[in-house]
Amino acid sequence: MKLLDNRAGSVLIWFLLLTAPYWMPHVGGYTGLGTRVLVLALAAMAVNFLLGFSGVLSFGHAAYFGLGAYGAGMAIKYLYPSTPLGILVGVLAGTIGAMIIGAMIVRLRGVYFAMVTIAFGQVFYFVAFRWVSVTGGDDGLTGWKRVPLDLGFTSFDILHDDVAFYYLCLVCLAVSAALMALLLRSPFGHTLLAIRENERRAWFLGIPVDRHIWISFVISGFFASLAGTLYAYLDNFVDPRAFHWQQSGDFVIMAVLGGMRSFWGPLIGAAVFVVLQDKISSVTDYWMSILGVFFVLAVVFFPRGVLGFVKRRQES
Amino acid sequence: MADLQKSTINRRTILKTGVAVSALQIAAPYIVKAQGEQSLKIGVDNPLSGIYTALGKNENTGMELAAEQANAKGGILGRKIELVIEDSTSDKTDVAVQKARKLIQSDKVNFLIGNVNSSQAIAIAQVAAELKTPHIVPGGHADAVTGSSCQWTTFRVCNTGAMQGNAMAKPLVSIGKKIYIIAQDYAFGHALADGLTKGATAAGGQIIGTDFFPLGTTDYSATLIKARGANPDVLVDLAAGDDGINSLKQAVQFGIDKQVHLAGMQQELEVLEGLPPEARVGTWLFEWYWNQPSNVAGVADFVAAIRKKTNKVPTARTWFGYAALWSFVLAANNAKSIEPVKVCHALEGLKLPPEVACQPGTPVYRAEDHQLEPAVFVGHAQAKGTKDPEDLFVVDQVVEGPSFMPPASQTGCKLNYPT
Amino acid sequence: MTQVVLFNVLNGLIVGAFYALMALGLSLILNLSGVINFAHGGFLALGAYLAYSLAPYLGFWGGLIIAPFLTAALGIIIERVLIRRLYGRDPLYSLLLTFGFALIFQDLFKYVWGASSVPYQIPTWLGSPLSASLFFLTGYRVFMVLIVALAVGALFLILGYTRLGIRIRAGTLDLDTVSVLGVNVRVLRNLNFGLGIYLAGLAGVLAAGMLGLSPTIGDQLIMPSFVAIIVGGLGSLPGTLAGGLLIGVAAGLTAVYFPTAQEAVIYVMMALVLMVRPHGLFGDAGRLH
Repeated sequence: MKLLDNRAGSVLIWFLLLTAPYWMPHVGGYTGLGTRVLVLALAAMAVNFLLGFSGVLSFGHAAYFGLGAYGAGMAIKYLYPSTPLGILVGVLAGTIGAMIIGAMIVRLRGVYFAMVTIAFGQVFYFVAFRWVSVTGGDDGLTGWKRVPLDLGFTSFDILHDDVAFYYLCLVCLAVSAALMALLLRSPFGHTLLAIRENERRAWFLGIPVDRHIWISFVISGFFASLAGTLYAYLDNFVDPRAFHWQQSGDFVIMAVLGGMRSFWGPLIGAAVFVVLQDKISSVTDYWMSILGVFFVLAVVFFPRGVLGFVKRRQES
Repeated sequence: MADLQKSTINRRTILKTGVAVSALQIAAPYIVKAQGEQSLKIGVDNPLSGIYTALGKNENTGMELAAEQANAKGGILGRKIELVIEDSTSDKTDVAVQKARKLIQSDKVNFLIGNVNSSQAIAIAQVAAELKTPHIVPGGHADAVTGSSCQWTTFRVCNTGAMQGNAMAKPLVSIGKKIYIIAQDYAFGHALADGLTKGATAAGGQIIGTDFFPLGTTDYSATLIKARGANPDVLVDLAAGDDGINSLKQAVQFGIDKQVHLAGMQQELEVLEGLPPEARVGTWLFEWYWNQPSNVAGVADFVAAIRKKTNKVPTARTWFGYAALWSFVLAANNAKSIEPVKVCHALEGLKLPPEVACQPGTPVYRAEDHQLEPAVFVGHAQAKGTKDPEDLFVVDQVVEGPSFMPPASQTGCKLNYPT
Repeated sequence: MTQVVLFNVLNGLIVGAFYALMALGLSLILNLSGVINFAHGGFLALGAYLAYSLAPYLGFWGGLIIAPFLTAALGIIIERVLIRRLYGRDPLYSLLLTFGFALIFQDLFKYVWGASSVPYQIPTWLGSPLSASLFFLTGYRVFMVLIVALAVGALFLILGYTRLGIRIRAGTLDLDTVSVLGVNVRVLRNLNFGLGIYLAGLAGVLAAGMLGLSPTIGDQLIMPSFVAIIVGGLGSLPGTLAGGLLIGVAAGLTAVYFPTAQEAVIYVMMALVLMVRPHGLFGDAGRLH
């Protein structure tokens, strides 16, 4: 008996997301928490576009996430206070970064690829840390705020209204998810899956593997940097840790936890990760070990991540 | 087939347990809320995990004692104080900001206290200002907190780099004129180095070199070799926390303490406790110490109370938390209100009474930048106390606050009260 | 100036030897079992804490000898109960599992030994410079290099001349054939894991002599270990050894000219090595995908 088929599952998820600000406070949550889940879920989905669907692990995606975040913050602080401008600058910075770095490393594979992505992330971290005059160094980029969205006929005060900002992030997530889904269903997406399954065979079939991986990397960097801009807006603050490999690691963990092979896996993973950390750390000092136990249990009992588990239950 | 059944049951059990746990979580907030109708909530956003755990916990202990004592005396305007404690983590500023927002918006705290980490303190201060919540930083030392990043809602207990530089200048220069500085390469390390450079040069000393090393450096041979090679009279190690332990441990292993006088500014009992006895050397500045030379009112009681609570003596961190919470109590009771602007105005110029100050002199919050003016304790470390195994520092002189405060105009602070 | 450079290169080698010790343990586990052990830093810290607790009863030397074995014992248990289930699955699951363990370890240390640093002591005759002119070489650093050399030497002897060692090496190349030849692969992996963890525990005891012992002591050391493996080349233990030494020297030299970049330089080095020689300096192509 099927509990949830794919479409019903997606509808359920969208329904929950759309109404979150209304049901969250009743279960001990708050809108800001939901927004954080959305933003990190977008980053995790970006990483999973590469990981789950192209078969390439990037352990340094925080590089583009961070570029998006700093791009947005610096645009508002130094250029002109405008939310869309910040997003544009951030996404541009992150995507260009992904294009350049991707081109340099696309020859590598496996753990080597993963490690070199860490290296670049750490270089950005170092630069952000030391270029104090521009980035604020480890004190972070402060003294700026996200700007209310003025669309001419109406304005959304995303600065003071948490719910309004939540919906902005949801719109960004929705558009990104739609784009990613479209890409994955296209011939390009099918080629990526083929590369993931058997790279050598794809190569023999005449597919320009490196180029496809590069494009996938850039797409993934694009969405990661979009997540970064929203992340900066969420806290009105960016610091070098946005570039750190530990931040990258968090995204990978969310993707793996939720289920690498499923589209919404990273969202579930992000939700579990963020909510667990938030709720448990309010209750006990030893929340890290509880989170750790959860990861261990998840790996042992959910061989394909949380969503993978749900799918298998359906199939059995 | 049997195997499959077994594993299915296991998964089910876990799911059931998970549901039960989450159900508890859903019910719990209602339980807490029901009890807390009359209480006044003060939010604490301090690190309870990561490298600053010990410091954050000690500060929280001080706050807890203060809350207990204040509640015994009627709390704030007759309402019991309830501390809502969150873990900001030691290095994830986004979590610190998230928790600060949660405390103010969801838990509806009236006042906020935090953070050990200076960058987090600044970020939280921004949130507190935006949400109009009076905020005290007990132990975040970056000058900017009451300087270029100051907010009308934010006050601070501990010292800044500039303050320490002024206070420590003469004692250091009197040991030796040629000073070499090593410091951590981050905002606070630079602030300390700048503060000392200015102060020492003004006192007639000469900074013959300054070297910065990355946070979390494990091997100090390069830094120490260079420092030793410059042949200073005094080697000033401004590293704090674990880096302070590592650099001192290795400096003593290199025998540098035998050739050059080791010294520094801010030192903490937590660091001295983590060092092997032979590495407890050098001349330092303590922002507060439990074993003070003269019989100062309030100290003995405070030390006894903390010892009873934790079996250990209070450290400067414990006192920061204690003073911070008491400051809110006194200010709100003085202002007879918990309205933010009134409380902040009441904090300006607030003088800490002896049982809260626990030190000579009367620390007062300066109105122009919201910085407290506490005394500092200059002295030298010792391997082990003769009377008490926790006595690892000997106070040679007490320098009172006002004498080493930089002029308010120099801090770069511009307070913008709402109109 | 050349003297300063020389001092730093020498110290770089010493610290590099230490990185190599840690990286070798990681490498052993990675090569045979494909497990990315993110809890390696936690095992390191465990070794240090055990030595600290044993010291009052067994002295510094007793702690040094016993603690790594105890740590390895725990490693063997964990492998048997948990890690064994991950073989054949994506290495990312081992990353998640061991990462979970790293978190558990940290809170465990906090709970048992406290969040503050504890004062681990080394014998006084070790903790001082060799001579006035050679002040930058402490007895402890020389001691550390000797222990590392002993351990690495023993490791290569085990790998080269004992049955276990030869089977491990064979298993790294072709585990299926080894299994078909009648070797109990489960036990092999288990012992190999124990060996790797032993090295981590030993590294921990050594580290505690130079660093403050707090729950986060292993955190700073784990990334350089991975970098050492990558620079040296996956699948090659001599490569890992060379990688560790190289990183140490690079950091030491950087400290002379550009001190604040000491940490960043190892990443730059890794990126350069990987772009010029994608399989690391001594690695072979086709290793782990």
